Amino acid sequence: MSDMRILIIEDDRDAAQYLAKAFREAGHVVDQANDGVTGYDLALEGGYDVAVVDRMLPKMDGLTLVGALRKQMNETPVLILSALGQVDDRVKGLRAGGDDYLSKPYAFSELLARVEALARRGPKGAPEETVLRVADLTLDRLSHKVTRRSEEIVLQPREFRLLEYLMQNAGKVVTRTMLLEHVWDYHFDPQTNVIDVHVSRLRAKIDRDFDAPLLNTVRGAGYMIRDGAR
Amino acid sequence: MTALGKLFGATAFRLALAILLLSAIGAGVVLTVIAWQVVSVVDREIARTIDAEAKGLIYAFDTAGIRRLDAIIEARKREPGASLYLLTNPIGEPLAGNVEQIPAEVLLHPGFLPIIYRGSGAGGREREALVGVYILPGGFRLLIGHDLGDRARIEAVMVHALAISLVFFAALGAAGALFVARRVLKRIDDMNTSAQGIMAGDLTRRLPVSGSGDELDRLAEGLNEMLGRIAVLMEGLREVSDNIAHDLRTPLTRLRNHAEAALAFGGDAAAYRQALEKTIEESDGLIRIFNALLLIARAEAGGDLGPPQPVDVGEAARSVAELYEPTAEQEGLALTVHAEDGLKVRGNRELIGQAIANLVDNALKYGAPNKGAGAWPKPDVVIAAKRVGGSIILTVADRGPGIAAADRARVLDRFVRLEGSRSRPGSGLGLSLAAAVARMHGGIVELEDNRPGLRVRLTLPAAPDEPAEAPAPAELVLNDRNAG
Repeated sequence: MSDMRILIIEDDRDAAQYLAKAFREAGHVVDQANDGVTGYDLALEGGYDVAVVDRMLPKMDGLTLVGALRKQMNETPVLILSALGQVDDRVKGLRAGGDDYLSKPYAFSELLARVEALARRGPKGAPEETVLRVADLTLDRLSHKVTRRSEEIVLQPREFRLLEYLMQNAGKVVTRTMLLEHVWDYHFDPQTNVIDVHVSRLRAKIDRDFDAPLLNTVRGAGYMIRDGAR
Repeated sequence: MTALGKLFGATAFRLALAILLLSAIGAGVVLTVIAWQVVSVVDREIARTIDAEAKGLIYAFDTAGIRRLDAIIEARKREPGASLYLLTNPIGEPLAGNVEQIPAEVLLHPGFLPIIYRGSGAGGREREALVGVYILPGGFRLLIGHDLGDRARIEAVMVHALAISLVFFAALGAAGALFVARRVLKRIDDMNTSAQGIMAGDLTRRLPVSGSGDELDRLAEGLNEMLGRIAVLMEGLREVSDNIAHDLRTPLTRLRNHAEAALAFGGDAAAYRQALEKTIEESDGLIRIFNALLLIARAEAGGDLGPPQPVDVGEAARSVAELYEPTAEQEGLALTVHAEDGLKVRGNRELIGQAIANLVDNALKYGAPNKGAGAWPKPDVVIAAKRVGGSIILTVADRGPGIAAADRARVLDRFVRLEGSRSRPGSGLGLSLAAAVARMHGGIVELEDNRPGLRVRLTLPAAPDEPAEAPAPAELVLNDRNAG
C-alpha cells in the first residue's frame, strides 16, 4: 500500500525525522508535529489515514490527545508509541482510544506493518466481508470453509483464524507479533519461532499442492499473503 | 518551635496534665468525704458527752432540787475547759450558767442543735457550739453545750491536708508529665534523627527500638520492617543493574564489534547488509533481555499488574499448548494438556500466559532425553493443571535430563544457565521471569524431579468464588484515573 497520509506526533526530532524518512521511503506522505497541541490541531484538520502518536509529549500527552480526538468524533486510526513498559500500559493506551500500541524500541518493519494494517482497516463500523478471496483461495467466514481452486482445504480452528487474519490483510506485511496478538490474543514476544512453525503448517496446507505460492515470507518482517500473479 | 513549646505541645505532656487534673479532683473528693465523716463522728461524740453530763445534772436536780443544781453549775463553769451551761426558770430567765446572749427560741425545744453564742465576760467572741437542751420537771430548762472549736480544728487540718496533697499532686504530676513527655519526645527525636540519616542515604540505618514493646517500639519495628523491605527492593534493583551491566555488556560488545568490523574491513554491499542485519539481530536480542529484566524487576518490586481480571489457568495452558504444539512436534516431543475446568485465578492473563509459555518453551528446549538413554520413558511434555485447596497448581513436566537438586533453586535466578545449555538460544531469563510472574500474583515456582526429567510447578492462589464476573464499577474507577 502506498500513498497513505501519515501524521507523526513525536517530540524526539531525530526519531521523528527517521520515521518520516522511512515512511516516505515506503511511499507514504508524512506530516510531523513535535508537540501534543500542534499534533492535535493537525489531526483535527483531518485527512490522515493514520496518526502515530508518542505517549509522552510536551503540552499535551499522547493519551489525552487521543481522548480529545475521539471526543471530537475524529476517528483517525491512532497507533500509540511508548517508551513506558508497564504491564497495563497497553490496555490504558487502547482504552484511551488508541487503535494499536507499540512499545519502544521497535523494529521499523513492525511499525510499518502495523500502520499499514490500521489504515487498511478503513472507517470503523464498515461491514466486514463474509468471503475473503486471494487469487484462487477462498475463505468463507460463515461456513468456515476454505477452498483453493474449488478444492476444500481442512484447517484446524487456529489455522483458520491465522489464514483469516492474513487474508484480511492480503497484500500487506503481517508480523509475527501481529499474528500472536490477533490469532492468540497474546502480546508478549515469543522467544522461539513458534509462529513460524504455525505458518509453515498452514503453508503446507494451502500452498503445497499448488504451483503458485500465496503465503510468502517477507524477510526481516513477517508474512504476506498475496496473489503472486498480479 | 522552641524546646518548651515543643514540650507543651507534646501529646504526652497534655495527657499527663489531664491525668493530673483528674487525680487532684479525686483526691479532693476523698479528703472531703473523710473530713465529713470525721466531723460527724466528732459531733456524735460531743452529743454523747453532753448527754452523759446532762444525765448527772438531772439526777442531781431530781434528788436535791434546783438550788443544788444551781450550785453544781456555778462550780463547774469555773473549771478550766468547762462546757457551756445555762439554767433558766420556766419563763426563760437565766438562773445560772456561763452563756449570755443566746437566741431565745433555742430553749423552746429539747434536743441537740448547733448555735452561735457569745461567751461571758467582756469581749467574748462569737463562737460555735453544739448544745443540748433539756426540760426539767417544773419547767426549768437546762442547756449544756460544747464548744465546736475541735471540730473547726479538724476541718482546718483536713483543708490543710487537701492543700498539701494538691500541691504534692501538682508537683508529682508536673514532674511525671515532664518526664514522660521528654522521654517520648526524645525517642521521637531519635527516630527523626534516624529517619533523616536514612533519607540522607544511609539505608542500612534503622529506627531505635527501646525493647519495652510499647507503641513507639511497635511503630519503630513496623517502620523498620518497611525499611528492610525497601532495602531488599533496592538490593534487587542494584542486582538488576549489576546484571544489566554484566550480561548486557557481552552482547553490546558483540554488537559494536560487528559494526566496527564491517566499517574497518569494508566489502561489498552484501557484506554491509549482512553486518547490519547481524546488528539488528543483536539489538533485538538486547531489547528482549532488557524487557524481561524490567518485568522481573517490576515483579520483585511488587509491581503494577494492572486491573486484575479472572484468568482461567486451564484455558491459558490449553492456548499455550496449542501455540507450541507444532514446535513440539518439530522437536519430536508430544505435548499434552490435562487441565480441569474452571481453574480461575485473579491477575493478568498476558503475564500468566507468558509464564506458562516460558515453562513450555524450556521444556521443549531442554526436555528431549539424552541420546543413548536406553529404557527412557516416552519423551512427553505434559502440562497439568488442577485445583488443590485454595491454590491452582500448574505443572509442566518433561523427560529431559532434569536439573540436579543442588541447582534447582539457582536456575530461578536471573541469567543462570546451566552447563550444557549455554550453546542453546535463550537469555537465561525464562524461568526467572515465570517465577517473577508467580510472585506478582502471590504464587511461587518450584522445581521438582520428574523421575526422570524436570517438573516445574507453578502455584497460584485461586480466585475467590464469585457469582458474577468482573463488576463494572472497577472499570469506571480506572477510567477516572486515566482521565486525571
